[in-house]
Amino acid sequence: MAEASVTLTVNGREVSATVDPRTLLVHFLREQLQLTGTHVGCDTSQCGACTVHLDGRAVKSCALLAVQLEGADVTTIEGVGGPDEMHPMQTAFKENHGLQCGFCTPGMVMKGIDIANRHAAPDEATIRRELEGNLCRCTGYHNIVESIAAGAREMSG
Amino acid sequence: MYPFTYHRPASLDDARARLAASEDGRPLAGGMSLIPTMRFRLSSCSDLVDLNAIDGLAGIERHEGGIRIGAMTRHAAVEASAEVREAIPALAALAGSIGDVQVRNRGTIGGSICFADPAADYPAGILGLGASVNTDRRSIAADDFFTGLYETALEDGELVVSVDFPVPERAGWAKFGNQASRFAVVAVMVSLAGGAVRLAVTGAKSHVFRVPEMEAALAADFSAEALEGIAVASEGLNEDLHADAAYRAHLVGVMAKRAVRAALAP
Ligand SMILES: Cc1cc2nc3c(=O)[nH]c(=O)nc-3n(C[C@H](O)[C@H](O)[C@H](O)COP(=O)(O)OP(=O)(O)OC[C@H]3O[C@@H](n4cnc5c(N)ncnc54)[C@H](O)[C@@H]3O)c2cc1C
Ligand code: FES
Ligand code: FES
Repeated sequence: MAEASVTLTVNGREVSATVDPRTLLVHFLREQLQLTGTHVGCDTSQCGACTVHLDGRAVKSCALLAVQLEGADVTTIEGVGGPDEMHPMQTAFKENHGLQCGFCTPGMVMKGIDIANRHAAPDEATIRRELEGNLCRCTGYHNIVESIAAGAREMSG
Repeated sequence: MYPFTYHRPASLDDARARLAASEDGRPLAGGMSLIPTMRFRLSSCSDLVDLNAIDGLAGIERHEGGIRIGAMTRHAAVEASAEVREAIPALAALAGSIGDVQVRNRGTIGGSICFADPAADYPAGILGLGASVNTDRRSIAADDFFTGLYETALEDGELVVSVDFPVPERAGWAKFGNQASRFAVVAVMVSLAGGAVRLAVTGAKSHVFRVPEMEAALAADFSAEALEGIAVASEGLNEDLHADAAYRAHLVGVMAKRAVRAALAP
């Protein structure tokens, strides 16, 4: 099967690569670009651990092919901030105890930023509804909701 | 996934040509159904023809007869559309009840109706609102489009281009969604237009269906009370770990009343 080439922007940097057309975006990010912050939590596209931003909107990178993304702009958790310079949403998760094992956290933070981008001061009901596509097996969601509310306040303030 | 050759045509004509030239080609829309089933090796194709780079397949247009929605229009765009919210709020509610935000950011109306999942929401919207499906060859009435489990009236290589929705006087959407997958266990779209009532149920059978007894009762008296005592037989309804047939039959009655109340809500 013919390999295909694709050029896209990942975390602000242009990347050109040759891929097997079957490569999912999440595997491309993790295995070809070594960006392992984006996680794979399920095989049914339900858990949201693989959430990244595609042209500014939250999507599940396990349900997209890398080869589809010619000219696209992708942001992963590595692109929003790191240990030295954390994004306000990351800081909010740290301060509000928004994680336990941390497996769902990259997806939750990317989703949290997406929520804050579209809702200036999201209330609890809005955050819970918006989180329908992100599953957490540890926290019971309470502190995740608090974290996103706090992160959104910080981002709009 | 089984291997395939990937194509990214820039025009509908080019997409048709590539599908025609392939041994077993398939269009790719939002990929929210197709990519997961290909990952499970439940489906495969020789050629994947991506419709995402074709101009003019996405968009929402209000015209005199109703609303036209392009095949590649994402669920999130229908949910947020001012035209749809104004003319057919029940359709915006339906789109907003599909899956989750990430799925709605990619999934398309064309992909949803072509896939014809027995628990998908749009088929109830198409049938309950009496829409027609425009393809690259013809226009297909809602009543003729869905023909079976994952089956539609589409021919080999036929592409859906848009869907035309007439604007009803009233319409209501009610969905009992599965908590994990968000797909409909049972969902109902009801509409009233020029004295005629359409009531379509998804999630309960191999494919979406209308309930003539309920439609007749509602045509005489468009109120939830008019549905009192009208039961749907449980024979032939889906059974799975989420709901048995008797429970689904019960849910059809409950969702139908909720849909009527939603249609009557100011
Ligand atoms: C976690 C999750 C939850 C979901 N929950 C729901 C839900 O609650 N309700 C619901 O209704 N759906 C749900 N879905 C399915 C979702 O709505 C899909 O977007 C939809 O079913 C398929 O649309 P698509 O654009 O992604 O199509 P694709 O997956 O790209 O394609 C689906 C099929 O249609 C064909 N096709 C696509 N476009 C055309 C065209 N224009 N002409 C001819 N053939 C075409 C393809 O070849 C393929 O066979 C869910 C999906 C996921 C992953
Ligand atoms: S890994 Fe993508 S949704 Fe679970
Ligand atoms: S913190 Fe463990 S899955 Fe969410």
